[in-house]
Amino acid sequence: MAEPWEEEGPGTVKKFMYVNRKAPYGTIYALESLEVVLIAAAFEQDVSLAFLDDGVYELKKGQDTAGIGMKNFSPTYRALEGYDIEKLYVEAESLAERGLTEADLLVPVEVMSREALAKMMDEQDVILSF
Amino acid sequence: MSMLHTVNKSPFERNALDSCIKHALPGSAILLIEDGVYAAIKGTAHEGMVRDSMANHSLYVLGPDLLARGMSPEQVIDGISVVDYGGFVDLAVNHDKVQSWL
Repeated sequence: MAEPWEEEGPGTVKKFMYVNRKAPYGTIYALESLEVVLIAAAFEQDVSLAFLDDGVYELKKGQDTAGIGMKNFSPTYRALEGYDIEKLYVEAESLAERGLTEADLLVPVEVMSREALAKMMDEQDVILSF
Repeated sequence: MSMLHTVNKSPFERNALDSCIKHALPGSAILLIEDGVYAAIKGTAHEGMVRDSMANHSLYVLGPDLLARGMSPEQVIDGISVVDYGGFVDLAVNHDKVQSWL
């Protein structure tokens, strides 16, 4: 016998965007976002991640947290592909203000303008902010 | 002896460093820690503000916080000294007070 919640069929796929605007380690937002993304991956929705403002620092290559006694969670971004999360958008203006380029990032991303990202946000069904 | 100021917020997210620089008296030291270390990196939109402050203040940045964030000492603005935790202690000891800008 199927349980009631199993009889609903495939259901509606919604567009979910996770908006990341915080640097890693200084606050818990970046790690919490990653945790929620990994949990939500089980629900087979149309998921994308946006990195803007200090959120672009989450993807900086070469993070080494041995000296501060915290877990380096940056390798997890490279594992997202395994959860079918492949849409990672990074705002070009945010990179430029910080003296960063796409080559500084630890995972393949799509760099886009603030204008294009704003449009992308507008097209979502659900936006979760961190 | 003078004041040691510590700043632990990103200059892109808060005005802690800006306010610190505006209030810190000439001759005092400024130590960038935690997310404050992003201000020490060359090529950012805040480099000018940081460089200008170096005319009146000695600037330091905490190495372990740089490395955690994927930044190397080579990317630090010339004239800012990279210190370890022992250096942080020395700075605290060698100044008569510490003021934190959060």
